[in-house]
Amino acid sequence: MAMQTLTQRLANPTRFMALSGRILPWISGLACVLIAAGLYMAFTAPLDYQQGHAAKIMYVHVPAAWLALLGYALVAASSFGLLVFRHPLADVSAKAAAPIGAVFTFLCLVTGALWGKPMWGAFWVWDPRLTSVLILFFLYLGLIALRSSIENESLAANLTAILGLVGIVMLPVIRFSVDWNSIHQQPSVSRFGMPAIHPSILWPLLVMAAGMFALFAALHLKAMRNEILRRRVKALRLAEVQSASGLAQQAAE
Amino acid sequence: MDLGPHAAFIWASYAVVALVLAGLATWLALDGRHQQRLIDELDARGIRRRSDRGRGQT
Repeated sequence: MAMQTLTQRLANPTRFMALSGRILPWISGLACVLIAAGLYMAFTAPLDYQQGHAAKIMYVHVPAAWLALLGYALVAASSFGLLVFRHPLADVSAKAAAPIGAVFTFLCLVTGALWGKPMWGAFWVWDPRLTSVLILFFLYLGLIALRSSIENESLAANLTAILGLVGIVMLPVIRFSVDWNSIHQQPSVSRFGMPAIHPSILWPLLVMAAGMFALFAALHLKAMRNEILRRRVKALRLAEVQSASGLAQQAAE
Repeated sequence: MDLGPHAAFIWASYAVVALVLAGLATWLALDGRHQQRLIDELDARGIRRRSDRGRGQT
């Protein structure tokens, strides 16, 4: 028992509910504190020498972009956990992460458009980076649609997991799309060597990103808890129907 | 706060992020409350999972 890994110990949904119920308020609180601090730092940070105030959109756009990718990595890792290890919570995690990842991808696209208009003169251009993120958004929607279109829950989970794993090819495409004749700027933080941003702008960005990461974690935990409850309701209704049909059979005999 | 000539774009960005994330959090909170209410109703009718029958809980 002492050699059990954390994922093995959390394989029991009841244990997961107890643990997640204890840590959820702390993660939510941490997210609120970090986002409040990040907002203060973002609005008091020095102006960008080229873009001026418009660069403040970066403090919401960049964390949303990182979480769009992280959300998909989580969907793919959970899908792998379902298909390879048959982990009981893997499908719950994948199902919970997809709509949250889609929301952050949507926010990345919208804030990018609102940043693009004043800087590039257009809300949208069919640029490799923008187009690949749009495809990621459609991939998220495809995962959600595929799952909801199949009534058999086990089949839906397996097919969605296969699509989730295949779709991971989009992550390196998005990462390297800025090298393919793109007008989108090169990575400034997540690059080899030191970040190319001055610390006075980098720190507010990192604090906002930490707050958004904590918020993503809180939303994902809450969505997983909801999904476990939804499956319990389904199991209880099935038990009710089986109990009623058993009684009817006894009465007939 | 003066945010220069592009203030509308900056405020719109922050507003859409705040509204969408608040909407998502509210939806998740309401969904969780709804599922818990359904379980409580089934529990009140005496419907329990086989694994819980011995322990007297849902």
